[in-house]
Order: sequence, then structure tokens, then C-alpha cells
Amino acid sequence: MTKLDSKIPEGPLDKKWSNYKANQNLVNPANKRKLDIIVVGTGLAGASAAASLAEMGFKVKSFCYQDSPRRAHSIAAQGGINAAKNYPNDGDSVYRLFYDTIKGGDYRSREANVYRLAEVSNQIIDQCVAQGVPFAREYGGTLANRSFGGALVSRTFYARGQTGQQLLLGAYQAQSRQIKQGNIEMYPRMEMMNLVIIDGKARGIIARDVITGELKRFSAHSVVLATGGYGNVFFLSTMAMGSNVSAAWQSYKKGAAFGNPCFVQIHPTCIPVHGEYQSKLTLMSESLRNDGRIWVPKHKEDAERIRKGEITAGDLPEEGRDYYLERRYPAFGNLVPRDVASRAAKERCDAGFGVGNTGLAVYLDFKDSIERLGKDTIEAKYGNLFQMYEKITDENPYETPMMIYPAIHYAMGGLWVDYELQTTIPGLFATGEANFSDHGANRLGASALMQGLADGYFVLPYTIQNYLAHEINTPRFSTDTPEFDAAEKETSEQLISLMNIKGTKSVDTFHKKLGKIMWEYVGMARNMEGLKTAIEEIRELRKDFYANLRIPGELNDLNPELQKATRLADFLELGELMAMDALNREESCGGHFREEYQTGEGEALRDDKQYNYVAAWTFSGEGKAPEMIREALVFEEIEVKQRNYK
Amino acid sequence: MSLAGIFLITFLLVHLGINLLVILNEDPMVFNRAAHFMGTNKVIKIFEIVLFGGFLLHIIYALILQVQNWLARPKRYHKMTRSDTSAFSRWMIHTALIVFAFLAIHLADFYFKAKFGDVGETSEEGVHDLASLIIDKFQMPGFVIFYVASFIFLGFHLIHGFQSAFKTLGLNNKTYTPVIQVLSILYTIIVVGGFTAIPIVIYFQ
Amino acid sequence: MDLKLKIWRQKNASERGRFVNYKISNISPDSSFLEMLDVLNEELISFGEEPVVFDHDCREGICGTCGMYINGRPHGPDELITACQLHMRKFRDGETIVIEPWRARAFPVIKDLMVDRSAFDELMQDSGYVSVNTGNAPDANTIPVQKEQADLSMDAATCIGCGACVAACKNASAMLFVSAKVSHLALLPQGRVEAKKRAALMVAKMDALGFGNCTNTGACEAECPKGIKLTNIARLNREYYKASIF
Repeated sequence: MTKLDSKIPEGPLDKKWSNYKANQNLVNPANKRKLDIIVVGTGLAGASAAASLAEMGFKVKSFCYQDSPRRAHSIAAQGGINAAKNYPNDGDSVYRLFYDTIKGGDYRSREANVYRLAEVSNQIIDQCVAQGVPFAREYGGTLANRSFGGALVSRTFYARGQTGQQLLLGAYQAQSRQIKQGNIEMYPRMEMMNLVIIDGKARGIIARDVITGELKRFSAHSVVLATGGYGNVFFLSTMAMGSNVSAAWQSYKKGAAFGNPCFVQIHPTCIPVHGEYQSKLTLMSESLRNDGRIWVPKHKEDAERIRKGEITAGDLPEEGRDYYLERRYPAFGNLVPRDVASRAAKERCDAGFGVGNTGLAVYLDFKDSIERLGKDTIEAKYGNLFQMYEKITDENPYETPMMIYPAIHYAMGGLWVDYELQTTIPGLFATGEANFSDHGANRLGASALMQGLADGYFVLPYTIQNYLAHEINTPRFSTDTPEFDAAEKETSEQLISLMNIKGTKSVDTFHKKLGKIMWEYVGMARNMEGLKTAIEEIRELRKDFYANLRIPGELNDLNPELQKATRLADFLELGELMAMDALNREESCGGHFREEYQTGEGEALRDDKQYNYVAAWTFSGEGKAPEMIREALVFEEIEVKQRNYK
Repeated sequence: MSLAGIFLITFLLVHLGINLLVILNEDPMVFNRAAHFMGTNKVIKIFEIVLFGGFLLHIIYALILQVQNWLARPKRYHKMTRSDTSAFSRWMIHTALIVFAFLAIHLADFYFKAKFGDVGETSEEGVHDLASLIIDKFQMPGFVIFYVASFIFLGFHLIHGFQSAFKTLGLNNKTYTPVIQVLSILYTIIVVGGFTAIPIVIYFQ
Repeated sequence: MDLKLKIWRQKNASERGRFVNYKISNISPDSSFLEMLDVLNEELISFGEEPVVFDHDCREGICGTCGMYINGRPHGPDELITACQLHMRKFRDGETIVIEPWRARAFPVIKDLMVDRSAFDELMQDSGYVSVNTGNAPDANTIPVQKEQADLSMDAATCIGCGACVAACKNASAMLFVSAKVSHLALLPQGRVEAKKRAALMVAKMDALGFGNCTNTGACEAECPKGIKLTNIARLNREYYKASIF
């Protein structure tokens, strides 16, 4: 049985990180040149890690499936990045950021990790400004801040609605500089297929050249996975089309534990699904809930007539509308946290009050704000979002209320890592959204960018040396070893068997079915029966997949269908694990809501006695039930409380 | 490219100024004297070489850049919908070819004749009667039409060239660009208007 | 909606391509252009044919992966959007839509509508950054930056590197892309230090990679999905002269 050692350093909370750094092993400059590190993924966590490690003198091999490292999906993050700078002088501090993050995560994250995250947050802003990230400024020339959900202070730095893009370009530029200097070998359009383990340590990867279809071997002294989240297991999500779990999943199957797979975040304000052909969901910034009021018709008949197109939202008088968030949560109203708002929308739609042609949408209405503040003010605040909405839906949100519905957009779960960001496989590290992360059961807005960059710029480049210091006597090694042979053969056989199914159904047919199962039973509201059904149905679907899949084209060629199939094969297994994890966790916390465990008013009911732990799942072999190991969460600084938004 | 262009733009104004003497002044000798001065003065002679250099530079650069530009897109699009851009800017090389053809004929007709040909002398010693040569030429309607048409194409070339030169030199912002755009239109009207006025006025006199 | 599609199909970089005509029906006007292609591909797969290959990823107009020439325009007939944000309601029922890959020597076709834009990465590697190592940054508020300058810098920095400027330019020039990066960094004190060197290196690299020259036609600005301004090119020129003269 794998033993979990979270390696949390000794000492008081605020000294742990400095103590760690003071006592850790380091690698001297001459030896750094002799050590190779593979970094998979070029998002915020991957690009920042690759650049920082290369600057230190390590030889880095960087991989991404996209045509350029600049296209990783971190680029789509809109809102901002948190840091405890306290520039607005409103009482922020490292401790307060730490506290908000732990509380926002519904007390399911590790204190020491989160404190370190808050500690390095300030350095991230310094670093990004030095790289030329054009953050928003005040007229005096200093950096501007705005406020975000879950905090009483303004600590979010932003670059218009494209903060993720600007931070990623900063990291991409730093990486480009190291590519030019020869410290990073860049491999775009190259997809990691397998992990190679030699003598119990991660020593390399098998990657598939997306253009030629060729399998290639890469060796290194250590492997870092910065491969993002697995939201696409739901088919429809705000993730990029190519976002996948495969690198993490293949590592799981090689022995890395997977932490809290059932923790995914559902964002309440996305543009609703409009048809079967839909491929992806678009997020509308959370900030819209500041001025928009959320409602559905009060009477089912009205909702039905709206769905049929007989009447429109404007035909309903005020007394025919149910502002359900204001009704249920008078104190927070439309500004309740993401998980609460999402669940409330689902509840109304399930009860038959939903609008839109599918019945899976609620209104976000700006009529009152426009009357109160004037159209110009609303336009100045949200003009670009309104325009984006209109481009997609062809409806003018100044005149008709917006329609929104929750959608999957972030995975708090991921590969289990210790304080050093090392997985249970020695030499295999996971950073950013790919690890099970510092966000517990629910992530606060503007914290994903903070965590990705903290891991990549300021945590991993230190902690990885504690491992590599023991590897300085390992010379660069060839990929002609039996372990590489075996890994390549395994991958190759998988690919051939997928190609040879020669059935009748496309990859997307299966992916859409998986998405429906996941959304129905492992989505916003879960229960024991549903989760059991999900596990059954996913197993059936997997059988169907391996019997009836059709992949046109060639094995050794650019073949997007084959790429999609290998990713889906892994999602089909992950989905089951998510359902098992959700089934195991008999409590409700953050993004995980079990209908059996709620308060009288329908709020999440945590069970701190029994479930105050990280569920780390390990692979026990094909067809065998995975093993679950607990990492108990110990709260020394913070008093654990129930959240309340009434 | 842009510097040579601006140099030629300046030259055109000087050229126009002298030419206008033919129609603006009753006495043909004023123009003949001016032409004589331009043809014999040592400083001007040096500038003549510079001018040819400018033309050559502009043309050679244009050819090199154009070839590079064609090579940059070996396979063309099947369907093109015009972007919201000025048509003149897309036809620079074509208007340039027309202007170049005109220039060759123009040089053969006037410049080389004045330099090496047998243009009748006037009463003043060494001063050739270019004014009569011009007036004779512009009695032919075909020649007038060719001359006027060529200048209209030069106008197309200038209307983009003038403002483009400034952009290439790095001058493009909210304050200056509108001014330059107005100037470029004004300049083009003056140059094209001025040069075409000469044959038209002479023809109808 | 029923549509006729005329799509460029090319097996790989070395083989000659050709246009293939397809008919597609029952397309919702609310679907996006790429979703329409998804529907076509699902049909092709059901016949056992190879689907049309095109680059795409985020499908929300920010990653810059998608890009194709739709009815004679990069990203198709709408302003300030990428192909993934284009919706079918912009087309007429029964219309023939011509879809071609970006055409430029520096962007060779890989397959069908997919092109190789690694030239943009190479350009960026030639000084498209601030030379600062992780960890040696002063406090973020040490150097104040004029708000107007920061805003202008941000305008230029919104470039998504999709290549529409090169595709639209009659000379297949990368000036708008290069100038956006040069401007973004030159307008900030942090990037100002290396501004001249950056302009010189990136312009030289652009020529070496086989992009064409700028003739100030402005098609790039007209077709840029992010509205990057031509004034950036003038700023690049200024930086370039400063580098070559002073």
C-alpha cells in the first residue's frame, strides 16, 4: 500500500516555507547543466516552471499539444490574479489571503500549502510587472485592484478582461528567451502518451508527434506535469477543446495517487447550451452578478410558454417573476458564492421553471440596473461582455434579459502531491490545476492564476532541487532501455487497438454520452443512487466505446480523431473514479453536493468528523477497484466553521 | 524607399513650378531662361545626379520589395473579398509601371532632346527654345490625352505614396496622421492639376 | 440552413491540394462556424471518410489557434472576431462558402486548413521579451507607469498571434504582429530598456523567415480580430530607425 507523506515542514505556519528553503538541498550551478527536466504543458504553471528552471541552469524539455506554447488554456482566464499586496490599504495581509482561501475551499485544503501560496503571491505580481505584463493602472501610475467574490478586500490585479492572456504571454516570453538561449528544447504539437519509470523513479515520457503520428522517447532526471484540469470529462465545459487528463491519468495508472477527483467547480454564469451540435460553453464574468438580477417565471405555465416561444421575458409582469436567489438568500442575494448560485439555478430548472428553448437557463436581468444607473454606466462596466453575449446569442442584453446556466470550468482535484509538489512517484511532480491543489473543495475567483504561477515561478524551482540534489551522479541516459521499450510498446498497442475497432460511431458520439452521464449524476447535485447508476452507465459506455468506435484516417499521420479517442479513453476511466470518489464522500462540501447531506434549508452539510481528509486514489490494475488512501487534514491555525450566506 | 519617395515628391513640386511658367507667363523666354538655368547651373547639375539616384533607388527598392512580396505568398487565394482598405494602396506597383513608361517617353521627348537633341536656339546665347518644343508637342491631341492620363495614374500613386512614406518613417498617430492625409490629397490635387493644366491650356489656346 | 461548402483539402505539406465541394443541411443559424464544420466532420466520419483538419482549441476567441480564410476574408464575414466566434447567422441559406487555409510562404500548409505558424514563435524568441530572470524583480509599484501608456501597451498586448494579419496582407507581411509586440514592450519602462535592440532583431528575423514587406495598405488592421492598430507599425518603424541610426 502506498503511504502518503505530505512532508509538511516543522515549525510555526508562517515560518514553514522559510525553514524549508533554509534547510533543503540545492544543486550547484555546474551540476544543474547536467540535469534534464521534462515539463509537460505550457500554461501558467508549465511555462513559468520551464522558464525559471532553465534560467537556473537546468536543461529543460518542454512539451505542448498545441501548435505553440502561447495557446495553452490559461490564456482564457478573464478576471484577475490575487495577491496580498495590500496596495489599497484596506487591511489585507498574507494571513487574510490564506484564511479566505482555506475558508473558500470549505476547509478541505492543506494549511501549510495555502499559507505558502499566500506568502509568494506578492512576488508573482513583482515578477509579472518586471516581465512587462500591462496590468491596469491608476492615474498616479500605480497598480489598480478590484474586488472579487469571497473576500472583504480588493486584492485582485487585472489586465482588462484578459488577465490570463497577459500573464501567460509573460511566462511564454520568458520561456521564449530560454529557448533562444538553448536552455529549453521546445516540442510543440507533441502529446504525452505514457510515463516511463526506471527503478521506481520517473525517468521519461513517450510522446506522440501529432503531425506524423510517430511515437518518440524522451528521457530526463525528473518529469513535471503541468497539464491542467479535466473538466472536459463533462464534454461541455469552459475548457479548451483539447484540454485533457491523459498525462495525469497515465501517471495515475503508473502509480501516482489521484487526489479528490470529485471536486470540480461549476461556474454559475455561462451562456446556456443551445443545441445538440454545441461543442463548448462560454463563460460570462462573475462580475455581472453585481448588477444583474437572477430570476425565473413564478408559474410553470409561463415558463412553458416562454420555452415554446409564445411569450417573452418582457411579457411577464413583476409579480410573475421569482427572484429565487434574493428570496432564498436575502443577505447575499445574487452575490452568493459560485457553488450556491449554481445549485439554485439547477434546482429551479429541474423543477420545471427553466427558460430558453431547452428549459435549461435562467434570466440574468439588467433592467433595474439600467433604470437606476442608466444605460451608459452599464455599458461602461460591462460593454465588452454584453457585446460578446450578443455575438454568440444574437440577443441584445440591454433590451432582453441575458440567459445563463452553470457550467463546469475548473477541477480542484488532480494528482496528489506533497508539500514539494511531488506525486507518489519519486521524480514526478505536478503543478497548477493538474495537481489536487490548494483550493480544497471550492476555488475562489482569481486564485487559479495565483496558484499556477506560484507553483511554477516560486515553489517548484526550489522543491525540485531537494529531489535532484540526489540525482547529480546520474548521468544523462539513453532511451534505449527495456523500460522505454515496454512503455512505447504499451502505447503503440493501445493506439493500434483503438484504430482496429473499426466500428460505426465517432469519438464525439461517445464523449457526448459520457458528458450527459457525468452532468446528470456527477454534476452539481449528486446522490448515492445516481452515482451508482453513473458507474454502471460509464462501464457500459466504455464497453460500447471499445466495440463500436470508428476512427477514420491513418495511425501514423495527423489524425485528430485518434487524438480525441486516446483522450476520451482516459476520460471514460476518470469519470468512473470521480463517481466513486463522490460516492465515498458522504458529506457536502464546496463543489461537491450530496443531496442526502444538506441542512433543512438545502445548504451543504459538511461532516468534519469523518471526511476531514484528502481522498487519494491509487490504481490497482485494470478491472480492479482502486484503493483509497486518506491524508488527514490538520487545522492548527484555523477554526473550522460552517459557511452561511443567509 | 520612403525617403527616396519623399525626395521625388519634393522634386515634382520644383518641376511643376518651372513648368507652370510656360502657361503662366506670356513671355516664353522666362521659362526658357529658367530651363537654361536648370540645365547649366553647376549645383543643379549635381542635384541632377542625385535626382537620378533617387529615381534609381526608388525603382530598384520597389522591384526588390515587390519580388519579395510576391514570393511571400507563393499560392494565392481562390476567393478574395476586399478588406476595408484604400484601392490605391493595392495598385502601387501597377500605377508605378504606367508612370515608369510615361517617364521613359517623357525623358526621350523633352529631357534628352534638350540635352543632346537639336532644339532651336533662342535669341539669347545658349538658351534653347524649349517653350516652343513643348507648345508644338501639345498641339497633338493623342499626346495630350496620354500626358493627362499618365498624370492621373501618377496621382493614384502619390495619394497613397505620400502618406505611406510618412508612416514608414514612423509618423502615425492621432494628431499628425489626419493632417498628413489631408496634405497628401492636397498635394496630389496640386501636382496632378498643375501638370495636366499645362497640356490642356496649351492645346486649347 | 442548407449550405454548399468549397473546402481546401490537402493530404500533407508535400502533396498538392484541391478544393472539394460538400453539401450540408439542417445547420442551426445559432451554431458557430466551427460547430458547423464539426457537423460536416461527423457526417464524413459516418461515411468512413477523413474529416476536414482545422486548428482550433479554446473556441472563445482568445487562444489564437483557429484561423481560416472564409469567403475571402480571414476569420470570415464579421468584425473583431475569430473563426470560432463567427456564427452561421452571418450567412445566407443556400450560400456557397469558400474555406481556404492561410496562404503565406512563412505559414506552410500542414494538412487541409491547418498551417504551421511556428514562424511567429521564432520571431518571439528573437527578443520578443524582457530579459529578466525569475526572482530579481523589484516591488511592482517601484516604477510608476502612466495610465495612458499602460493602456496603449495593453491595446497592443491583446494580440492573439492568430496570423490573420499575415493572411490578410497582400504581401503576407508580419509587421502588425511584430509591431504589436514591440509596441507592447516599448511603451512600458520595463520593456523600454531593450526596445531598440528588440525592434532591430525582430525585423531582421521577420525578413529572414520569408514574410513580405509592409506597404501601409492596412488590410491587417481591418481584419485583426483584436483591433490592433496600424499606429503600432509606425512605432515599430521609429524603434527600428533609432536602432539603426543611433
